[in-house]
Amino acid sequence: MAPFLRVEEITKTFPGVVANDRVTLEVSAREIHALLGENGAGKTTLVNILYGLHRPDSGRILLRGQEVHLHSSRHAIALGVGMVHQHFMLIPPLTVAENIVLGMRSPREPLLDLGPASREITRLSQAYGLEVDPSALVWQLSVGMQQRVEIIKALYRKADLLILDEPTAVLTPQEIHELFNILRRLKSEGHAVIFISHKLDEVMEISDRVTVLRDGRVVSTAETARTDKAALARMMVGRDVLFRLDKPPVTPGEPVLRVQRLRVMNDRGQSAIQDVSFDVHRNEVLGVAGVDGNGQRELVEAVAGLRPAAGGQIHINGQTALYGYPADQGHAFNVAHIPEDRQKVGLVLDFSVGENLVARLFTRLPFARYGFLFLDAIRRNAERLIKEFDIRVPHPDVKARALSGGNQQKVILARELSREPDLILAAQPTRGLDVGATEFVERRMLEQRARGAAILYVSTELEEILSLSDRIAVLHRGEIMGIVRPGEVTEEALGLMMAGEKRGTYL
Amino acid sequence: MLETLLQLLWSSDLIYATLRLTTPLLFAALGGLMCERAGVLNIGLEGLMLGGALTAYLVALKTGSPWLGLLAGALAGLVTALLFAVVAVTFRANQIVSAVGLNILMLGLTGVALRAVVGLSSGQNAAPTIPIWNIPGLGDLPGLGPVLFRHLPLVYLVFILVGVVAFIFYRTTWGLAIRAVGEHPRAAETVGINVIQVRYLTLLWSGFMAGVGGALLSVGYLNTFQEGMTAGRGFIAFSAIIFGRWTPLGTMLASLLFGFADALQLRIQAFGAPIPYQFLVMLPYVVTLLALFGAGRSQSPAASGAPYAPGEA
Repeated sequence: MAPFLRVEEITKTFPGVVANDRVTLEVSAREIHALLGENGAGKTTLVNILYGLHRPDSGRILLRGQEVHLHSSRHAIALGVGMVHQHFMLIPPLTVAENIVLGMRSPREPLLDLGPASREITRLSQAYGLEVDPSALVWQLSVGMQQRVEIIKALYRKADLLILDEPTAVLTPQEIHELFNILRRLKSEGHAVIFISHKLDEVMEISDRVTVLRDGRVVSTAETARTDKAALARMMVGRDVLFRLDKPPVTPGEPVLRVQRLRVMNDRGQSAIQDVSFDVHRNEVLGVAGVDGNGQRELVEAVAGLRPAAGGQIHINGQTALYGYPADQGHAFNVAHIPEDRQKVGLVLDFSVGENLVARLFTRLPFARYGFLFLDAIRRNAERLIKEFDIRVPHPDVKARALSGGNQQKVILARELSREPDLILAAQPTRGLDVGATEFVERRMLEQRARGAAILYVSTELEEILSLSDRIAVLHRGEIMGIVRPGEVTEEALGLMMAGEKRGTYL
Repeated sequence: MLETLLQLLWSSDLIYATLRLTTPLLFAALGGLMCERAGVLNIGLEGLMLGGALTAYLVALKTGSPWLGLLAGALAGLVTALLFAVVAVTFRANQIVSAVGLNILMLGLTGVALRAVVGLSSGQNAAPTIPIWNIPGLGDLPGLGPVLFRHLPLVYLVFILVGVVAFIFYRTTWGLAIRAVGEHPRAAETVGINVIQVRYLTLLWSGFMAGVGGALLSVGYLNTFQEGMTAGRGFIAFSAIIFGRWTPLGTMLASLLFGFADALQLRIQAFGAPIPYQFLVMLPYVVTLLALFGAGRSQSPAASGAPYAPGEA
């Protein structure tokens, strides 16, 4: 039997980059096919081609043995291709049913008739175990539920091939488990599934076959049962990867950061952090685990002095820190901040690397005096840090925009860590980075820990939290569900806490 | 004093004038509402109205038919909006800046065109105007009959259109597509909606409607065109959309409020109140300003004002 989908020698270039280089791939019905690769390996470009959003420069696509030229997503949908995008393509103020029928002909065109659609949605959700209320407003649903809506949206359009782009990135472990059950069900009903990920454990668990992409090329396609994590990692990165970080035991010292009964509002004026208390000590990493959007951003911004506290207290080195405290001044508040959004908050993209490296300190000696910049000093500083932090940039005058994500993050690390801070606030510092850059960030964090810094480390990646932290605080809807030690807790238990179950104690 | 005030407020003239003055605003606002729900901010309503007003006047003057004038005014608005769409949708120019440019262009263009065609003394060239429609039977009812049922036909039409727009928004697939495009154009595109087409069509509609609103001023209520005669009504219509929280009913109520403020100041002037008339003329604008303060940070369509580039992931 011919495979459901066959991609032959697809090449796609964007100005300056070959995103896909003669990619060949086969996916059969009743198969879950994983597409594994680092960021920038070309996974998303490939599936955007399959969904009609990009046109390949050369190569052929065959669906059910027939060559097709996909010219729009409407066309791809008509041919039975469905896609669940990494960033959901749902319209928050509309209902589930409205989102699902959007763009389709109504039985009473042009009148909107949601009755039959709602019945079909209910039928589909029962058939595949995707419970969802058709009349619910999408913005009120949890991320996991929104993902189900996306899957139903594809099934409602009679998708035979379902493409999921990094579907687990935003889910709790339990939600991932449920998603995998749904995918197995889809497979048994005869669907073909393409599952994109860069997480090896998930690929090993769910896929039948796996194709590894690196730098736009297919490295290999393997049967999952006949390969292992180490082999896949080697193919993905191009070298051996150490899975274990070397974390020497260190005795924590006195507390550097004390947060007591902190309350913080989000941008919409709703409560984002409620009654949160914890300490971070010298030589200690306090990991903050939780699904994205449970108050992590607001917590870090409040401690960084970028967002007012609505209540409670923040003490740094024994002194009360208030909203707008000058984070770059004095000894009391020697705080480094590695913000979540490195492009918007961490860097000025159109400034040079050298300028970004003094972004905190440029108003004072040795970089300036009486309002005049000392360009030589700025330049020497840049050259020193570029070397020390292995920033891959030909020249300090290159704009930050031109750097890869990993190198952008190194610029921020260099600026923040070179001052030997007492407290480091690291918000998702490895998000979007490849394996090499992630390792670099994690090693630097452990170096700082050994040096004596107190580190508040926010991440949505459980593995990372478990390997780096001395203690783990789990956030759910702005509250701490408990603080636990990594050696004394299972991933399952952490998952339940991330989903809102109170466990453990305040250590 | 109080008695005078009550007399002023309850006078049937005031209600009549409110409906009359609301109508041009509401035409422009209902047009703008449609394209704003599709994510295009249209501050150019003022210029579109002005173009509609002049064109309607000139065509009515030359053909002798106010109805042809009205149609020409609407089409002038549509064509001008097409120009705006090319700049702001296809070439993705900043919507505010290009709309401001459009307003300035139309202010200059209408002034020049007026002089070129009829010379400086337009006052002597009275155009025919759209007649009042005294609805048989209803217009002669005692009390409210003359107040509610002796208007231009367009006054009735615009209130019917409020319902039509609401129906389109919430009961048709077109409306769903428009709302989706204004909230999350990329999501709309992934399900096969042509974002650019939706924005073009809604902008053309807004031009057509603003053109009608402008034409009403020149061949409905007056019989002439004066430079800058819209006097900020396009901006007030724009504000009515925001104060009305981007809903048809809200936009109608906001337009009625602004129309009422205008009617009231005229009424107070006519009463000979000892207030310099310049202050009275300010009233509708002051009410608009206060309304926008009161509106706070209301929920605008999420993609409002953001140009959209199709197919760029």
